[in-house]
Amino acid sequence: MSRIDHTFSGLRAKKEKALIPYIMAGDPYLERTEELVLAMEQAGADIIELGVPFSDPIADGPVIQQAGQRALKWKTSLKDVLKLVSDIRKKSEIPIVLMTYYNPVHKFGVENLFKAAETSGVDGLIIPDLPPEEGRAVLEQSRRSGLDWILLSAPTTPMKRLRFLSEQTQGFLYYVSLTGITGASLKDLSEVRARLKMIRRMTDKPVAIGFGVSTPEQARALGRMADGVIVGSAIVRLVEQHLEDPELPSVVAGFVKRLKHALTGKPI
Amino acid sequence: MMMKSPDQNGHFGIYGGRFAPETLIPALTELEKHYNFSKNDKEFQSDLKKYLQEFAGRPTPLYYAQRLTKKIGGAKIYLKREDLCHTGAHKINNTIGQALLAKRMGKRRVIAETGAGQHGVAVATVAAVFGLECEVYMGTEDMERQSLNVYRMRLMGAKVSPVDSGSRTLKDAINEAMRDWTTNVRTTHYILGSVLGPHPFPVMIRDFQKVIGREARQQIRKAEGRLPDFLLACVGGGSNAMGLFYPFLNDRTVRMIGVEAGGHGIESGKHAARFADGSVGVLHGTMTYLLQDDDGQIRLTHSVSAGLDYAAVGPEHSYYHDRGRIRFTHATDQEALAAFDLLSRVEGIMPALESAHAVAHVVKLAPRLKRNQIIVVNLSGRGDKDVMQVAKIRGVKL
Repeated sequence: MSRIDHTFSGLRAKKEKALIPYIMAGDPYLERTEELVLAMEQAGADIIELGVPFSDPIADGPVIQQAGQRALKWKTSLKDVLKLVSDIRKKSEIPIVLMTYYNPVHKFGVENLFKAAETSGVDGLIIPDLPPEEGRAVLEQSRRSGLDWILLSAPTTPMKRLRFLSEQTQGFLYYVSLTGITGASLKDLSEVRARLKMIRRMTDKPVAIGFGVSTPEQARALGRMADGVIVGSAIVRLVEQHLEDPELPSVVAGFVKRLKHALTGKPI
Repeated sequence: MMMKSPDQNGHFGIYGGRFAPETLIPALTELEKHYNFSKNDKEFQSDLKKYLQEFAGRPTPLYYAQRLTKKIGGAKIYLKREDLCHTGAHKINNTIGQALLAKRMGKRRVIAETGAGQHGVAVATVAAVFGLECEVYMGTEDMERQSLNVYRMRLMGAKVSPVDSGSRTLKDAINEAMRDWTTNVRTTHYILGSVLGPHPFPVMIRDFQKVIGREARQQIRKAEGRLPDFLLACVGGGSNAMGLFYPFLNDRTVRMIGVEAGGHGIESGKHAARFADGSVGVLHGTMTYLLQDDDGQIRLTHSVSAGLDYAAVGPEHSYYHDRGRIRFTHATDQEALAAFDLLSRVEGIMPALESAHAVAHVVKLAPRLKRNQIIVVNLSGRGDKDVMQVAKIRGVKL
């Protein structure tokens, strides 16, 4: 059983929901990213999603775009992020998922990446611009290795394709809550609820909801519909506001703690 | 030769495909369905023909550039006058087709990216004539060097949105247009401007542009009783080039050369010559040759011409490049500017700086050929939009 499967089944047994915070690796710099990951784990994060910076992130809103630009100032590369994960693995067993656009993966080489990622202790990959039809090499490698290839589905995804995606995905299904980019504001929860009901009928795999989740209140509401909630831009914005602040890890940890409380039904 | 259309998933060999976020996949499937239907739909085809003729001014002439031929010495040079299209470039061929499709799909809003502004103007134009809401994304660097086109778009009722991220040029404008499309995909059609992007854009846009080559083929046969020896076109994304080349792909005797932007020269690193200095990767939904660093980050490009200033090239070009069917070379900023002057003075035709790259290569190629050989150059756009920039480069105040 993979670390991701293990996390979800453990949470299910406790009737709890996974909190999956996202940060950009290398923002503001790599050593800080390691501190942030460990602080978020302490604060109650269940899985960490680590962004790999890319020059042209078409699925991301301004907050994550700028985080990527900050990380690229140091030329943070996929290789650096893998090294970072292996450093984190000396101290923590928290599942780590990389979110990367496809071009850096292609340049690295799919097979090389899977080897390196497995050695570093990466648990999964999210590649927003790689639909399964284009990802034969990734699929092959992920089936052969312990790494999960986590697929996304969107509000526009038709039924037949939704079934296909939930069959193909590994670890969990990433449900994009809105038609838009990361950091947009999620207004209508009823559509999400209806979609989640459909997905539930199709698959027993865990489903995590991301995009547009920015407050503990939203996390709580969405947590009721899914197995996990992904919070990205709201955390990255905190990083942006505290770039030089020595207290950055504890500021982020404070917010993560509130999110986790919201998910576990404790007062926010 | 091959003339192989892409497979059903839009792959030209290893190139092309549909590397798009899941939110856009259904819209791309829908577009593909409507496009395939329209190909054999009489009403669509007759609308398209009507607007191409009566609105865009097709067919465009194939002009024998007698004085240029004499001046350079060597092969006979013909110019395919896409600069005479309504709005001043070949871009309108594609935007008419896509606007008609948008209407059929019930989309009331169209968006676009633009580099030189020619595609943006062509989209603003069809939005006006078909009564569609229109928003065009343009890098702030390009807005500065193409301010005339910015105002033209606004005059036709389009909203022009500045893009201030990354290199502030075409690549970033496409990023922003894709983000808009992802957000508004239910009501909006994205009129991509070149043979780029996820399937079906490259094949659909090529099909809308192949009217250039089809006309040129008939025209040269009428004028010379035979096919040309060479076809020349500038290549940014590559839509004017693919439009000219495509109908000749099976004609083994016709050689084809795409001219990329050499900028300050390949050694300088400041250029947009993907075939000279690039490698295979994925950008904006398609696998193709692109300029990237060792980590797979997209490199910044440079060209005096905003329309060629882009890190990737249409996937079908990559396919024919590898098969040796289309050869690629480049012309520097200086060479393009010299060609801009030359054609203006010798023929009274001011080419767009993009098209001037193709003219720059004809200057090198024609003298090496025999006088009974024929070159057809795609004059993809007119240079009016570049007058201010050329004056600025030369320190002339207008």
